[in-house]
Amino acid sequence: MATSSIPLEALEKSMTLASVPAAHWLVIAPPVWCLLLGAILIMTRKRMDLQAWLAIPALAGLVLIDAGLLAAVIREGPITMVMGRWLPPFGIAFTVDPTGALFNLTAGIAALAGGIAALGDIDRTRRAYGFFPFLFLMVGGVSGAFLTGDIFNLYVWFEVLLISSFGLIILGSEREQLDGATKYAILNLIGTTLFLIAVGILYAVFGTLNMADIAARAPTLGASAPMMTLSLVFITAFLMKAAAFPVNSWLPASYHTPRIVVAGLFAGLLTKVGVYALIRVMVMLLPQEANAYSTLIGVIAALTMITGALGALAQADLRRMLGYMVITGIGIMLAGISFGAQTAISATLFYALHSMIVMLALYLMVGVAGRMGGSFSLHDLSGLYAKSPLLSAIALALFFSVSGLPPFSGFWPKAMLIKAAFDFGAWWQGAVILVSGLLTTIAATRAFALGWWRMPASGTVEPARMLASELIPLSALTLLSLGIGLYPEPLLALAQTAAAGLLEPTAYLHSVFPQGAPTP
Amino acid sequence: MDTSGTGRSARRGMDTLIFRTMAPYLTALMVLFSVFVLLRGHNEPGGGFIGGLIAASAFAILGIASGVSAVRRALWFDPITIAAAGLAASALAGIVSLFADVPFMTALWVFPNIFGTEVALSTPMLFDIGVYLVVTGAITAIALALEEREDD
Repeated sequence: MATSSIPLEALEKSMTLASVPAAHWLVIAPPVWCLLLGAILIMTRKRMDLQAWLAIPALAGLVLIDAGLLAAVIREGPITMVMGRWLPPFGIAFTVDPTGALFNLTAGIAALAGGIAALGDIDRTRRAYGFFPFLFLMVGGVSGAFLTGDIFNLYVWFEVLLISSFGLIILGSEREQLDGATKYAILNLIGTTLFLIAVGILYAVFGTLNMADIAARAPTLGASAPMMTLSLVFITAFLMKAAAFPVNSWLPASYHTPRIVVAGLFAGLLTKVGVYALIRVMVMLLPQEANAYSTLIGVIAALTMITGALGALAQADLRRMLGYMVITGIGIMLAGISFGAQTAISATLFYALHSMIVMLALYLMVGVAGRMGGSFSLHDLSGLYAKSPLLSAIALALFFSVSGLPPFSGFWPKAMLIKAAFDFGAWWQGAVILVSGLLTTIAATRAFALGWWRMPASGTVEPARMLASELIPLSALTLLSLGIGLYPEPLLALAQTAAAGLLEPTAYLHSVFPQGAPTP
Repeated sequence: MDTSGTGRSARRGMDTLIFRTMAPYLTALMVLFSVFVLLRGHNEPGGGFIGGLIAASAFAILGIASGVSAVRRALWFDPITIAAAGLAASALAGIVSLFADVPFMTALWVFPNIFGTEVALSTPMLFDIGVYLVVTGAITAIALALEEREDD
């Protein structure tokens, strides 16, 4: 073998020679599992009867893997695995901290719920187009983005999830979908190109792409490098991906066109990847620059919240209304990022996790409402309360949750954020969060009053039943939101640990460089 | 106008007797060459990506000469299935490391003696074969879709 001729001391600088405990394989398991299953599902895509039987247990397995990873991270702190033994800056490292593990687990739960809902929502033709393979490849991309510790690798996972999402959004190839997909594709490609440019500048400045390495070098390089420009390119790229105010027109233009499960998964997962990347890069890697831009991010956050809430109020199509509610949520998370303090960041993480669950549930709920009522438009939709009291209860719970009212999961992070706003001295931000919450409540109430309470002109309503493929994921997600709302302490403690790890990433750095970071 | 019975105006330029006779041999030669390029790629220029492109060009040539359905019959598997098998092979190449207690994607080698010759087999080779299949399958699928006409 070639390696035997090189002295061991030289080898130890570039490679790790320690053996890897089996538990550390959980770090890489979620994306590998998704890609492998995606490949198997493509190979068996002609066997329509097999697809669901393979996909649903595999998604359940993914949730178990994700939960195991979170447990391991809570037990041991951040875990690192270097690909192919090569140490950074030569090789790619996957480093999982509580933030990444939490996002990853929530994404897994959302994917499982979406997969079950797809059994009813995605018909045979669309499954033949490859719904489940695309779902696995997209979730693989999402979890890879949450778990990687290398910024160029993060870009690669962005591309993986983006390409799979193109496949999902045009499932069925309807005219309207192609129109929505074009807007979605072009604006997202511009966003990822900006991200790539930023990564290029960053590599020129730092000479490394490893996140821990960057975090260690950023404080000393601040004076001699164009850090503010670099940060602005990163912020713009991630804001486009997250659908923040001036660069979010692609979201309401495209999210109502795909199948409802696809729209729900996009709303739950994809915008949150943008928020996650913004938190990871700006809060953990470039905190000084994030601090300098906090006013800018704060103003964008406020505008995003207000335009999202006003947009939701103006829409008659329930799916479009939800698209704007996604945007409002993004604004709330951005507000938290702009404060920068630990309570605010932990509230932002909490809100992001809540939003992944609740936005997916809202889309699924609207899907059921649309099936029962025969329309997504509030002009035509009526009498749903008489049709299905169960759906109405779920709808009410989810509307409460998205508006940030107790006792659901949206309440706690919002309350924490408003408190953080006043502590931070940004009382106007706190006011904007409250006003946007009020506007969202009004929009949700209007939808409920028209679609559910209003009786149809004919005066008679046929009762309708929810299918098992609708009821199981919807009730599970709603109960999860209620559970988090009633007993928020465990998640709150986790979010606080995660936020502390982002603001003070010594444990993260130690996980990648046990002997201390190499000096440049 | 059309005496051959198969061609349309767009196709006529390619539809010569010489091309149709030569294309299967050319395709066979190119596929063989693509495998050669794939296998020499570990230490010398070449590898899975470029090998896959050569193989995909070979199938594209056959498609132009003999029609898309002939290529689909000759390939036996659907091109997308070939690409998926490649993705699975590449993922499995990384998972082999699990059983050797080393990190994901670590290069592992064995040197079995087959018929008196030492053959170097490794996980990077399996990964490269996976890349080869992904590129061959994906590009062939695109090429065949572009060559396909209503009458094929």
